[in-house]
Amino acid sequence: MKNIVLGMMLLFVTLSAQAQDKKNKNAKYTIEVNGNCEQCKKRIEKAAFSVAGVKSADWNIDDHKLHLIINEEKCSVTDVKKAIAKVGHDTDEVKATDEDYEKLHSCCLYERK
Amino acid sequence: MKKILLFLTLLLSVVTFSQETIKKDSLKTVTIESNRKGLKKSISGTANTTLVTSKELLKAACCNLAESFETNPSIDVNFSDALTGTKQIKMLGLTSPYIMITEENIPSVRGASQAYGLSFTPGTWVESIQITKGAGSVVNGYESISGQINTELIKPLKDIPFYLNVYGSTDSRFELNTHFNRKVSDYWATSLFVHGNARVSKNDMNDDGFMDNPLGKQINITNRWQYSNPETGWVSFLNLRYMNDYKQTGQLDFNPDRDRFTTNYWGSEISTERIDFSSKVGYVFKDMPYQSIGFQNAFSSHNQQSYFGLNQYDIKQQSYYSNLIFNSIINNTKHKFATGLNFTYDKYSEFVNLADVSRIDNSVGVFFEYTYDDSDKFSYILGGRLDYHNRLGTFFTPRLHVKYNPWDKAVIRFSAGRGKRAANIFAENQNLFASSRTFSILNTNGKIYGLDPEIAWNYGLSFTQNFKLFGMNADTTVDFYRTDFQNQAVVDVMNSPQQVLFYNLKGTSFANSLQLDFNLEIIKHLNLRTAYKYYDISTDYLSGSYQRPLQAKHRFFANIEYETHIVKKGRQWKFDYTVNWLGKQQLPNTRTNAAADSFPEFSPSFTVMNAQITRTFSSTFEMYVGGENIGNYRQDKAILGADNPFGSNFDTSIIYAPVFGQMYYAGLRFKIK
Repeated sequence: MKNIVLGMMLLFVTLSAQAQDKKNKNAKYTIEVNGNCEQCKKRIEKAAFSVAGVKSADWNIDDHKLHLIINEEKCSVTDVKKAIAKVGHDTDEVKATDEDYEKLHSCCLYERK
Repeated sequence: MKKILLFLTLLLSVVTFSQETIKKDSLKTVTIESNRKGLKKSISGTANTTLVTSKELLKAACCNLAESFETNPSIDVNFSDALTGTKQIKMLGLTSPYIMITEENIPSVRGASQAYGLSFTPGTWVESIQITKGAGSVVNGYESISGQINTELIKPLKDIPFYLNVYGSTDSRFELNTHFNRKVSDYWATSLFVHGNARVSKNDMNDDGFMDNPLGKQINITNRWQYSNPETGWVSFLNLRYMNDYKQTGQLDFNPDRDRFTTNYWGSEISTERIDFSSKVGYVFKDMPYQSIGFQNAFSSHNQQSYFGLNQYDIKQQSYYSNLIFNSIINNTKHKFATGLNFTYDKYSEFVNLADVSRIDNSVGVFFEYTYDDSDKFSYILGGRLDYHNRLGTFFTPRLHVKYNPWDKAVIRFSAGRGKRAANIFAENQNLFASSRTFSILNTNGKIYGLDPEIAWNYGLSFTQNFKLFGMNADTTVDFYRTDFQNQAVVDVMNSPQQVLFYNLKGTSFANSLQLDFNLEIIKHLNLRTAYKYYDISTDYLSGSYQRPLQAKHRFFANIEYETHIVKKGRQWKFDYTVNWLGKQQLPNTRTNAAADSFPEFSPSFTVMNAQITRTFSSTFEMYVGGENIGNYRQDKAILGADNPFGSNFDTSIIYAPVFGQMYYAGLRFKIK
């Protein structure tokens, strides 16, 4: 009996350990991305989709939140942030270079924090 | 009350039953709240779709679905005959059998219900209508040729507790609509819609001895249940409907009990009873909002018993429709797809003057539709389906829609696709029974009344530009569509006024339509909508090539709406005026009749005007008055051979203009929120 309990515990532990190891194919993230307008929305989403593994990207003009669903086996959320910063938009973690920021269309030059 | 209780209990048992057996979704259910604008054309959508909101539907008498397109230029509303007063609709110049008409994405007006089906959905039940020009989606089937009309009914979870609409008009038609709604729990809501209408007195404005509109009564009840649980992702709809419609028409002195099937007086009775049950179950995958699975099932029984003078016509159609659909993405949401299975079964018990032409149709099909959207300028939908049908054979249906935004606020759309259908020649042309015409089918080898299936290709190109004119919003659209028939069940009334011939197309048949729209907000709250339409619809008949009869080559449409600012407590005035000008129309051949019983080759051109004033007293109470055909234009001779209805020249089917003159109506709407 003791053995069975022990065996089962072991099984559970390994199972949960495995589950933790296994990367989420549909990981949801909401990150902050700075921008202004409809054109920014298109640019931000386009940049997000350019990263392999991004399944869904939806940026909201009002609250500047980007809702992401990514396959973590293929990319990380930092990869997405880097791609977005590259086209000139600051994210909460990765900021755009001044050079990339200044390339933006005049109406897209959002106020930097 | 007892009956209602019984009804509800019955429903509840159905609910539990379906919960156990079926587990899936309401797929492409587009739910739209009432918008500021009555007609919406999207710049971003891939297909050429106009959204008609409930606000638009309040602008006209809109007693039923057939009448709800009066203020919309994409659809032409005609009168089908001088007897039943039923309004026929046309899109791209083709009549409703060539349009896929669905209710919440389930095919609704088809087969036996083709002639009167649109009048079986009361206008107050409608939440919105989506009108798509051109080929359409493969998800709902292969039958659509010139376009799709999808109606969304009011959703129980968004409905208000009580709604009342009372309507009366000078042509003695009265309508009563009551809606009840209850939220049963956080996830369940139910609505009960009860509609009744009646026309109680005989009118004969043109003194031909025939009623201009039928006497009639209709009772129409629907009970809807909606389930939605955002935590689990399960959604469901259940609908049960019962409809009973009765019409009596013909000569004023006709008394059905005394004169039925005699030559004392000419008369007609049409009784229709219909039962519908449909269910939708859907599941949106957790963590994957872009992936869902849906399962729709619909059963209907439609029973029409009728006679037109000495012609008897009975049709009963029992149908079952089922659609299983899976939506997901490839890599990311720029690449979406929908795939699934359809099954349809139709049992027709049909008797034409006691000759049995009954048949059973069934079909099974698979479809796949891929949508690419670059989330910027370019998108397309490529769809295909493969069907097996016991009469149409095995066939492939491809459809394509492409959208491109070349510059700001502009959109170019292209569509192409194939449609195939079995023409229900008697049900679709039953207005011809009210004439002395003999029906002849010239082919015998086909599988549908001896005829072959109808096959057509439709191509369309459209350009829309939104802009500012004197600082106000304006937009303009140019649409060109062409339908090419490979085969058609030709309905020939060009050969002889005593005959209608049905045969497979020999030669060419096509429909070209060009539409120019210009819409402008003149000042705040004053909107102008205009359209010019050109139709070239030509068919090779046995006696030569003619334009499709009863179709104007040129049409002009304009609508002006004005509303005052909403002042405190929601008080407001709304004004609406619509004018339609129709050019000359080719008329069926009546040359060989005596001069008194014949028409010229073309009808004259004429203008019809409608107007309505609505006074909103508060957000819960409003009244409206309106007039239709206020210019009082009437076709001077509506029924040929009216003095001798059992003679050889009798014909009620050649109607190119209103028969009834001016008509005024008034109504009220009351809500409890």
